[in-house]
Amino acid sequence: MSLNVELPPTRTLPPEKPLRLLDNAGHAVTGRDTGGFALPDLATLVELYRRMVIARRFDVQVTALTRQGRLATYPSALGQEACEIGAVSALDADDWLFPTYRESVALLTRGIDPAEILVSFRGDWHNGYDQRAHRTAAQATPLATQALHAVGLGHAARLRRDPIAALAFLGDGATSEGDAHEAFNFAAVWQTPTVFLVQNNQYAISVPLSRQTHARTFADKAVGYGMPGYHVDGNDVAAVYAVTRAAVERARAGHGPTFIEGVTYRVESHTNSDDPTRYRQQREVEHWKRRDPIERLEKYLVSEGALGDGLREEITEAAEALAARTREAMSAEAEVSPLELFDHVYATPRRQLAEQRERLAAELAGGLETSGAAR
Amino acid sequence: MSALAEAAPAAEAGTGPGPVTMAAALNRALRDAMAEDDRVVVYGEDVGPLGGVFRVTDGLQAEFGEERIWDSPLAESGIVGTAVGMAIYGLRPVVEMQFDAFSYPAFEQIVSHVAKMRNRTKGRLQLPMVIRIPCAGAIGGVEHHSDSSEAYWTATPGLTVVTPSNPADAYSMLREAIASDDPVVFMEPKSRYWAKAELALPVTTAPMDRALVLREGTDVTLLAYGPTVKTALDAADAAAAEDLSIEVIDLRSLSPFDDETVGASVRKTSRAAVIHEAAQFGGYGAEVAARVTERNFHWLAEPVLRIAGYDIPYPSPKLESFHLPTADRVLHALAGWDWDLA
Repeated sequence: MSLNVELPPTRTLPPEKPLRLLDNAGHAVTGRDTGGFALPDLATLVELYRRMVIARRFDVQVTALTRQGRLATYPSALGQEACEIGAVSALDADDWLFPTYRESVALLTRGIDPAEILVSFRGDWHNGYDQRAHRTAAQATPLATQALHAVGLGHAARLRRDPIAALAFLGDGATSEGDAHEAFNFAAVWQTPTVFLVQNNQYAISVPLSRQTHARTFADKAVGYGMPGYHVDGNDVAAVYAVTRAAVERARAGHGPTFIEGVTYRVESHTNSDDPTRYRQQREVEHWKRRDPIERLEKYLVSEGALGDGLREEITEAAEALAARTREAMSAEAEVSPLELFDHVYATPRRQLAEQRERLAAELAGGLETSGAAR
Repeated sequence: MSALAEAAPAAEAGTGPGPVTMAAALNRALRDAMAEDDRVVVYGEDVGPLGGVFRVTDGLQAEFGEERIWDSPLAESGIVGTAVGMAIYGLRPVVEMQFDAFSYPAFEQIVSHVAKMRNRTKGRLQLPMVIRIPCAGAIGGVEHHSDSSEAYWTATPGLTVVTPSNPADAYSMLREAIASDDPVVFMEPKSRYWAKAELALPVTTAPMDRALVLREGTDVTLLAYGPTVKTALDAADAAAAEDLSIEVIDLRSLSPFDDETVGASVRKTSRAAVIHEAAQFGGYGAEVAARVTERNFHWLAEPVLRIAGYDIPYPSPKLESFHLPTADRVLHALAGWDWDLA
């Protein structure tokens, strides 16, 4: 789907009021606040709704499983579905995605199996899906580092004359990292086909936005790098999708990188081991819950008569089926192979590791003789 | 174009024996690799029209164009981080860190991603990339131009760390590093860039994961790498005059470590010392000494010695000669052993 939006010159600061296509009451926005973007068609919006509902159900299910001890940790994306699903839905199959650890629902939208998404959080291995098949890098834990990988991959594609885009997710905290700056600058200097999607969810674990930046918006920073920057209502999936899609098309056409800030909120704790009552007020959480991205789109679709009972039921069933599949996958103990610890470190076989592998194999086969040292 | 580039022959043709510096050998290795495989790209700081501050990339941009070799913004984490993305896409990036201490901004990318990506993804995302690091001192460089960072890299599983000590190895090992499917930290001893050897290029020396006995001896095994290989050879020359027979091993590969070659030598001589410029405490020599001792204790007449830099930050140019291990310092250390037991 082509939106044919004229992008603003790179020297213009974005309006302070976030760009939006649907307001919180679910009404279509008109005028300046749309930034000239058109509301995606109803079929697209229904599909985005379906994906968000399924993603929400998945996220809630995984949080529950984590509380039950089935997973070691889980960084929830509850409340951030519009950013994650809106942005990933704007990618084509041959584009690349560079996620962080909070992008589980983005990965789900990318078509990755729930059990494979959760491999790292269950602790079976560091990553569990086929990165090449899904054109999705492993979830990055060190902040902002993956943004440089996205820039490099995009540059390589450009050198190969492959018209693809690479989307990198970052958080508000990650923008303080040096790698974020380097990624923005390299992307702009090299004019790489990169889309930076900064999910400003207001907190870096416990540290609020005010202690992370003194800039008016994160999107303002784009101007300094010489690339277009968008300050978007991150709870408006229509806006996130439309802006990201335009950025992806721009990237694929060889017109360089785009910076998008999605203003959203992390409704859950950072991970299950976090205690947000120590650093934020419940009334703030409630305030943001009233701006729920799924409810907003739902109101619009209902008002347009695009969300009948049959469709609702079908989506609920799909969400419940996915939740059941996730429960089932997480209830079975994962098979881990201790000897595999040595198998993937190097492409070139290394005697040092072969020796250590043999030692562990012997230990696994017969246990360790631990007496006799003093004889 | 400089004299170096003018002297370089066409990539396809071999050159007859002649004096070749390490810088020229590295230049030729890059050139031949780029000519042979269009996935090889080279970038970093000042590697384009300038040809690198040590002229290792001299003439390459003129020959291959800006899409194969280019100047990047001045940011080492950015250089290595983007190389990770390029390697994922199927290129074979060769990046330059300009100076040893300038590689530290890239530490996170190297340690957290370059070293771990293959393991993290069970081999699906290999990173065939080379990080060239002009290393070590003795060039009269100001602070941050003379570090020896090898122990940071060798302490990191997932990295292959090699260092040539002469022009022939420089050519052969760099070609092998570029051809490797594993990421390689390629440490180039700055003080040896301009040392010449009679050489015909291209040349293939021993595989880069093997240590080489450069000089045979019977009394002592000196283990050296990069810039200290020359120190060890000088010490062996001087010792020969006093009837002390020193075997000199150029480790070449710091990770992996060639236990076989080193063990065979140590079991023959029963005495060993390791020489490096980096500070002794926690240095690479500590691993060498421990490893050699663990595997060869019953053949050893003396503890494995470390002859290394002092445990101080790298000195200023007028003071570096007091810091660096010298042949005399090596011989003095060896003289401290109880030779009557021999």
